[in-house]
Amino acid sequence: MNTAENRTPLIRLAKRTEMSRRNMWLIRVGSIIIALILGCIPMLLTGNNPFEAYGVIIQGSVSRPVYLKQTIRTAIPLLGCALAIAPCFKMKFWNIGAEGQITMGAVFATYFALFWSDKIPHGLLLIIMALSGAIAGGLWAVIPAFFKAKWNTNETLFTLMMNYIAIGIVAWLQGGPWEGRKGSQLIPMFSDSARLPTVFGVNCGWIIVLVLVVLMYIYMNKTKQGYEIAVIGDSVNTARYAGMNVGWIIVRTMFISGAISGVVGFIIVSGANFTLYSGVADGVGFTSITVAWLSQLNSFAMIAISMILAILEKGSNTLQTRMEVPASIADIITGILLFCMLSCEFFINYRLIFRHKEKKEVTA
Amino acid sequence: MTTLITLIVAAVTFGTVLMYGTLGEILTEKSGNLNLGVEGIMYMGGTFGLAGAFYYEKAAGAAASGPLAIIIAIMAAFASGMVASAIYSFLTITLRANQNVTGLALSIFGTGIGQFVGEFMRVSEGGYVALSNNLKESFSAVIFPDFLVGIPVIGNILFSHTVFFYLAIVIAVLMYLFLKKTRYGLYLCAVGESPSTSDAAGINIVKYKYLATIIGGGISAIGGMVYIMTTAGCVWNHEGLSGVGWLAVALVIFCMWRPLNAIWGSVLFGAMMIMYLRVSIPFIPTELYKILPYVVTVIVLVLTSMRNSRDKQPPASLGNNYFREDR
Repeated sequence: MNTAENRTPLIRLAKRTEMSRRNMWLIRVGSIIIALILGCIPMLLTGNNPFEAYGVIIQGSVSRPVYLKQTIRTAIPLLGCALAIAPCFKMKFWNIGAEGQITMGAVFATYFALFWSDKIPHGLLLIIMALSGAIAGGLWAVIPAFFKAKWNTNETLFTLMMNYIAIGIVAWLQGGPWEGRKGSQLIPMFSDSARLPTVFGVNCGWIIVLVLVVLMYIYMNKTKQGYEIAVIGDSVNTARYAGMNVGWIIVRTMFISGAISGVVGFIIVSGANFTLYSGVADGVGFTSITVAWLSQLNSFAMIAISMILAILEKGSNTLQTRMEVPASIADIITGILLFCMLSCEFFINYRLIFRHKEKKEVTA
Repeated sequence: MTTLITLIVAAVTFGTVLMYGTLGEILTEKSGNLNLGVEGIMYMGGTFGLAGAFYYEKAAGAAASGPLAIIIAIMAAFASGMVASAIYSFLTITLRANQNVTGLALSIFGTGIGQFVGEFMRVSEGGYVALSNNLKESFSAVIFPDFLVGIPVIGNILFSHTVFFYLAIVIAVLMYLFLKKTRYGLYLCAVGESPSTSDAAGINIVKYKYLATIIGGGISAIGGMVYIMTTAGCVWNHEGLSGVGWLAVALVIFCMWRPLNAIWGSVLFGAMMIMYLRVSIPFIPTELYKILPYVVTVIVLVLTSMRNSRDKQPPASLGNNYFREDR
């Protein structure tokens, strides 16, 4: 062996210049399959048949209209919130405060549901609830955006803290000013006029969210504002030289993002829970970040990813009742799925070159 | 006066949990990795720490010794935290995945594992997993002799805590000495501040990032175990543990990434979190106490970014991955 060969590392990386769409999707689907295989491990360790378990998950989530409706109900907030996060992440503004933005949206929607439901007609009330939710979520998101734009405050940590402040506010409302029966620690259920109507058995939130999918796609790909977001994401300096007002764009984008999260909060309280409690966002704000990222910020891919996660979650509940596997298996499989899909992007972007391959080329 | 002393003692008990989580995350963030998976890591530490002590007692029977059980619980928690953060490190450092998303995925995964194992142990052991009273006591035992604890006021405040509190202080001091006084510690800080400069200076970035993140994860995980074994009374309790990891992330900011600040910072945060149980201030609803730590953290975060003084900033490359090829 000569020294030059010794100096070549065992594995080298090279950026892939081009990859066919087909191969890209093959790798992605492959990673999902690997994740499902890895997901068998906890089931085997606890003495369950993985095939049977996956069967139950599928059965329990899509086999009957009732189940399917519940699965879709789980997917709606995930999808909606992923849409909200997409523009921020495109801008490389790491907004992990969707949880709090949902909660604040829900709080303001709840205010109108509790105190104005007998004074305003049904349709108008719902519109006011949605708008107030959007404004509240948007303003809640603007706070960290403002500090980021003005003093470059770390937005990841700031938005994270805002989540718990929002949740704390709800906990206070729940036990204090908005408490229904004294000592119950519960906010009263909404009256019928503050509830979203159902379409095909699921609250009409799914229509709102699907409309948002299309709007967000157009906004991100066909408008000037969407283009500005993309430029800032690639290089803040380029954006500055091009004369963009970076601070303003950050604040504006975060308002839009927070507003969508706020609407999701409205959909959750008015379409699913019919009341407000401190766990209203229930981790959706966090899970949807992974949905957005795994979809490559593509609105239409988010529909598929959020459905997969919803199927896992709903199916696992059935799994718990039927096979006594703890429902937290959903989180484990979701986690494994995320890990696999995150790592597969590496193999899409980079090519591994092994040393021995090189040798052959040299001798040939 | 007695109320104040009980408040401080209770604050230290909860603060100890936070201190481990925070110290681990400080070490991790010093390398430029923002590991948002602390919540999941602490869940895993809690459940595996409990499992370690429980199955040790089951195997040893009546002969089980307290100190050994504590060591096994610490080791089990530390190992689980290392495994969890090794996954994170592999994804972010080697496979170059986004740190925020990977950290959140680890949170989901870790809380899932924690609850799954906790629930599974409960079911497979016939409904209840708990240590014998003997072992339970050794986990919450006071390690200093009675005459020290007996000193009025000071005795209770300084000497009446569990072994975990003093261990955490030792870790904090060691971490301070490591980061400030040793060559390797300075290298680690350099990696977190400017990976490209360190790389050019010949520091092995990958090694430092891996080691700091994995050991940091291990330390954080001990915090979960301490919660389960002291505050929760050696029973798996995921409700109590939820949110603690995020609070630890907040505390890292509050401490300005300095291990010694973590000692008093975590006791202060501990006090804020349990104050609503013990003191009631008129006109301020108790529920609002609980958001105090987060509000304070936000204020600290904003003030430091406004003042922009150099030594009070997050590590400059925090949250960004380093690729030698990407310039």
